[in-house]
Amino acid sequence: MNPATTNTAMQEFWQNLRAAPRRIYETAFRSGKPVTDRTRSSFVFGNLFLHLHSVRTHLWSLRWSTTMGLGIASTAAFLITLVTGILLMFYYKPYPDVAYDSIKDIHFVVPTGRFMRNIHRWAANVMVVTVILHMARAFYTAAYRRPREFNWLIGLGLLITTLGLSFTGYLLPWDQLAYWAITIGANIAQSPREVTDAVGITEYFDPGGLQRLLLLGSDEVGSESLIRFYLLHVMILPLVLAALMGVHFWRIRKDGGLAKPEDADARLSGRERDTYPVFTEQPAKTYQLAAIVRGKTEVVNRGPENTVPSMPHLFYAELAVLMLTMLVCLALALVSDAPLKDIANPNIPENPAKAPWYFLGLQELVSFSAFMGGIGIPTIVIIGLGLIPYLDRERTGTGVWFGGPGGWKLVRQAVAYGLGACLAVEALVIRFGWLREWFPNVPQLIVTLINPATLITLLYGAYSVWLVKRYQSARAGALGLFTCFLCGFLVLTIIGTWFRGPNWVFYWSPSDWPRH
Amino acid sequence: MTLHPGPTRSRLDPEPVPRRDMLGLASLWSTALAMLFGMFGIARLPKAAVLSSPSKKFRVTLPETLGPGEVFMPAGRKVALFRDAEGVYAVSTVCTHLGCLVKQAEGGFECPCHGSKFSADGTVTKGPAPQPLPWLKVTAAGGAFTVDEGEMVPPGTKVNA
Ligand code: HEM
Ligand code: FES
Repeated sequence: MNPATTNTAMQEFWQNLRAAPRRIYETAFRSGKPVTDRTRSSFVFGNLFLHLHSVRTHLWSLRWSTTMGLGIASTAAFLITLVTGILLMFYYKPYPDVAYDSIKDIHFVVPTGRFMRNIHRWAANVMVVTVILHMARAFYTAAYRRPREFNWLIGLGLLITTLGLSFTGYLLPWDQLAYWAITIGANIAQSPREVTDAVGITEYFDPGGLQRLLLLGSDEVGSESLIRFYLLHVMILPLVLAALMGVHFWRIRKDGGLAKPEDADARLSGRERDTYPVFTEQPAKTYQLAAIVRGKTEVVNRGPENTVPSMPHLFYAELAVLMLTMLVCLALALVSDAPLKDIANPNIPENPAKAPWYFLGLQELVSFSAFMGGIGIPTIVIIGLGLIPYLDRERTGTGVWFGGPGGWKLVRQAVAYGLGACLAVEALVIRFGWLREWFPNVPQLIVTLINPATLITLLYGAYSVWLVKRYQSARAGALGLFTCFLCGFLVLTIIGTWFRGPNWVFYWSPSDWPRH
Repeated sequence: MTLHPGPTRSRLDPEPVPRRDMLGLASLWSTALAMLFGMFGIARLPKAAVLSSPSKKFRVTLPETLGPGEVFMPAGRKVALFRDAEGVYAVSTVCTHLGCLVKQAEGGFECPCHGSKFSADGTVTKGPAPQPLPWLKVTAAGGAFTVDEGEMVPPGTKVNA
């Protein structure tokens, strides 16, 4: 063999070895630094995690007032709970004898344990708030309209899953708060019995009993229930949420980005200086593939004018929202500890036994009728929310805050009506009681059908029908009803949180609660 | 030569399913059926056949002094026991509204969770509870009594030692 060739092979080997780190970097990030329009584009579509975004983003979507960053904030809060939750799993043990102690360990012994637990708790709360606000913004900007109807439904799935995650997480510390909130929750699942009992068919048809049995895995809250809630909390619901989130984001892209008014480009006039024509090299846009796809995608026939590269414009904004969410969660976790009461005691109910705050509105309704408050009205609300995009087929006002007939003026009135109606009914009940106090022998079925909860629902429904007639518009009715729903949620939650004391009696302030 | 002989068809028309595509249809339907049966199994598993809860029967000895109108609540049990001239009876203390434990109060019981009130025989007098507190089965057992928290009896059923 010729020594010269050996030499070059060895040289080449060393060269390659030295070049390896650089080449690993280059092969991982193939498109190079995102400095030109082209490399910025490939930065997005060349990356598995970023390519759910489109390469360019319309300026309208980037306006702060379009989204207020609420969807991203929800995502951020979810990511924070994901990371801290996995950390908590290192020490948490889902068995009744040890669950409480393991949380105590996390709180008092594990390094950074208390901080992580606090962050997890607070991020979960932040997520509930941002998801509700995000739904409100999608509603008020009429962003649910064609072609986004189905994404609104996916959103509802996300809302329910988010609430499910909070509810299942609440049991895990196995303290008094947890135990009695879950006892009440499981019995709400059983409450269809209120109706089947009244009609006398529970023996043959007992959906309530089945729901409770499936939830608890037993006929009382015990080790089986804890395992089930744990499984739901750390496995099933997060997977469902992640899958739904994936579909949610993907559809936003397929629906042509975020909803914007027809005249968005005109409304943006004055900002064109930030953008410049995209197809400077070869202005040929081909639609050949699109020819075999049914209908037209939302971006066909529209130039990419008034768009900017997603990298950096959108991504940096998203990062900013992530940081802001993180900041809020960290700050809350520093100033306020996640609660831990005494260990669960099946023989002494917590008094008052309160669920997490976002369920206290429901708990207020449940204190009128378990079935109506816990199942009947929530079902009506969810069906009603789900139908919104299919009943409102109008086009005016899409992408504009409080868009549609009536607009902001209608919403203001609806706020007054929504708060007023709910407060009036509550005041009546708190002051004078309800049917059973007036007619001790009233049949249960009557109480289930006619109670403060159904009355409030009816008042809201009637108002909304009146609005549809008055403005000749389904959107006007929806604006009124949704606003009333938010107001009712607010009033009931506040009453349940701050004005209900032992025995669920109304007190002006917790300092008036009887000592015991 | 044309690549696609025959009448021109739009890409938007649905394609006819070839009738001889047996294998394709068979795999489609067998998958669907397998999934369906799989779902039955998946749905059946979480519904427990045997419940893990501890025995609901227990023995109590009533205090000698227990008189009519007084109540005896054995520790760790969800039962209130009474004794009057006609005999002994047990009323469940699990609220029929949403399962909190009722406490003894003036004229009967009250529930801490949503304020339901019951008279001493279990009848609802106030609040959201849809049903009276059930009476539970009591059997005399040689001076003491056995109470079965799992079995209800019609209100008014009393037992003598
Ligand atoms: C875990 C919960 C959720 C997450 C993480 C999430 C995330 C997002 C994100 C990131 C966007 C992009 C725009 C924005 O930031 O606002 C979005 C848009 C949207 N979301 Fe959600 N969302 C959630 C729940 C919901 C709910 C509860 C609804 C309504 C019932 C909903 C309906 C919509 C609709 C209709 C859009 C399109 C808005 C438009 O085109 O302007 N989402 N979501
Ligand atoms: S559980 Fe007793 S009143 Fe609600």
